Amino acid sequence: MWLLTRIQVKPRVKSDKTGVETSGVKHSMNPFDELSIEEATRLRERKLPVEDILAVSAGPAKAQDTIRIALAMGADRGLHIDVPESEALEPLTVAKLLKAIAEKEKSNLIFLGKQAIDDDAGQTGQILAGLLDWPQATQASKVDIDGENVTVTREVDGGVETVKAKLPIIITTDLRLNEPRYASLPNIMKAKKKKLEKKTLKDYGLEAFGRLKTVKVEEPPRRKGGGKVEDVDGMIGKFKELGVL
Amino acid sequence: MPQGAGGQAVELLGHRCQSSGLGVGRWASTLAILEQHNGKLNTASLGAVTAGKKLGGPIHGFLAGTGSKSGGAAEEAAKVDGLEKVVAVENAAYDRGLAENWAPLLAETIKKGGYSHVIVGHSAFGKSVLPRVAALLDVQPISDVTAIESEDTFVRPIYAGNAILTVQSADKTKLLTVRQTAFAPAEVGSGTAAVEDGNDPNVPSATEWVSENLTKSDRPDLGSADRVVSGGRGLKSKEDFDRLIPPLADALGAAIGASRAAVDSGFADNSLQVGQTGKNVAPQLYLCAGISGAIQHLAGMKDSKVIAAINKDADAPIFQVADVGLVGDLFEKVPELTEKLKALK
Repeated sequence: MWLLTRIQVKPRVKSDKTGVETSGVKHSMNPFDELSIEEATRLRERKLPVEDILAVSAGPAKAQDTIRIALAMGADRGLHIDVPESEALEPLTVAKLLKAIAEKEKSNLIFLGKQAIDDDAGQTGQILAGLLDWPQATQASKVDIDGENVTVTREVDGGVETVKAKLPIIITTDLRLNEPRYASLPNIMKAKKKKLEKKTLKDYGLEAFGRLKTVKVEEPPRRKGGGKVEDVDGMIGKFKELGVL
Repeated sequence: MPQGAGGQAVELLGHRCQSSGLGVGRWASTLAILEQHNGKLNTASLGAVTAGKKLGGPIHGFLAGTGSKSGGAAEEAAKVDGLEKVVAVENAAYDRGLAENWAPLLAETIKKGGYSHVIVGHSAFGKSVLPRVAALLDVQPISDVTAIESEDTFVRPIYAGNAILTVQSADKTKLLTVRQTAFAPAEVGSGTAAVEDGNDPNVPSATEWVSENLTKSDRPDLGSADRVVSGGRGLKSKEDFDRLIPPLADALGAAIGASRAAVDSGFADNSLQVGQTGKNVAPQLYLCAGISGAIQHLAGMKDSKVIAAINKDADAPIFQVADVGLVGDLFEKVPELTEKLKALK
């Protein structure tokens, strides 16, 4: 089961400082979530007894497009939790939602991306693991499953470490885990026939809440670049002038 | 000590008159989670103390694992300027920073101490553990904080640093991971904080640590180096990367970094990646060669004091942010620069 978040390509801060422009901007699946789906699909291709792969996304109606891509990549069915754009979902809310879904669906392996590249929070997987009291393996670059035993190589500061635990487990994916496949046209057509259920937060006894209030969103201070030098001597001279040599 | 919500109120009122700092922290009392290994304090983690100082109010340091007390990490932490108390838990179960047993340990410590703020560095450890603590306390944590405006208002980059969000938290306890390049480590000075044993719930971890493979390097640590030399796809091969980049880094006494393209192509180790999903660096000098300057890369280095770039494409986006740009073939310019820098020594 996956959380699929939306991303946009060229972020532009709104002039009234209330957020980032999202209307009329191209959205696609969060790249870390593509890794999640790819990994689950590969587990099945490795002949592991993967019974069911459920792709989940919460957000406005267009989140369904993202789920369709997941279905075309290999997920069996989709679940869309319809949340209006006006109700911002914080990682804590999403984790509570995923907990409720995991319990209802009796999932025992949950992949999430290590972070969504819009809010860059990097929290949902860990919060979910804490709520469920399941083991967690974050920033995974290699996953091995043998029966109940799960061995995960994690990317940490300065290198990698390997941990092991038993199912059920939460794994968050890092860039080096795999190379996601493209959804082929025939598979996109087939995905249209796969089941995509639609529910709301209320169906899981939840409502959108916000612990965080956006005070403002601003452009980062612009750097004034463009100072070019002619040659290596010019570069060294500039370093001295700027006091870094 | 009183516990629970009522206890927290009493505890916080107690601090009301002592607080100083920026004057924003009348009610603040901060737990700064510090990292240590075998009794050696990880000084980079002391950025949490620096961040805590912005809140006013007392700051307690927290350490756990083998050597926390016995190996002297707590003693060293006790000297850190700005720490009032150091809470240490000596138990080998915490040596590997596993979130499964650290989270209950921290949740208990936070409840017992009635802290209003809990701060840890935005390191692999902090990122893994703090959100799990948030689940146990029912709190929405705030990641990668780069500035503290007041006791409930924090600044953090979103969209790969293309937007800066100021956010106000309504949670009773604020859980923050702080960007280490934004909060310099507090000095290990002449402080005389009291060291005391923390409560240890001793919850077993469901995850077992098996092994690690860390890149060994005599060079400065990438995250905290004053100078960074970084290579990208333009290096063409691992052989060329290894031939050109380390000598230039040595000539400058710099750490080595890489773009995602260079890491994905196998030129450099994953742990050297600078960018949105890799390391954030903010050295005095960031010198890069063969890096075009994609937004994901800029996210990790654009707070550097001076950015210098060597690239053969005069229109590469890196030149829009570089203070010192040199258009040319890196296979000529990098060796020439290396030789001329060596000659200066």
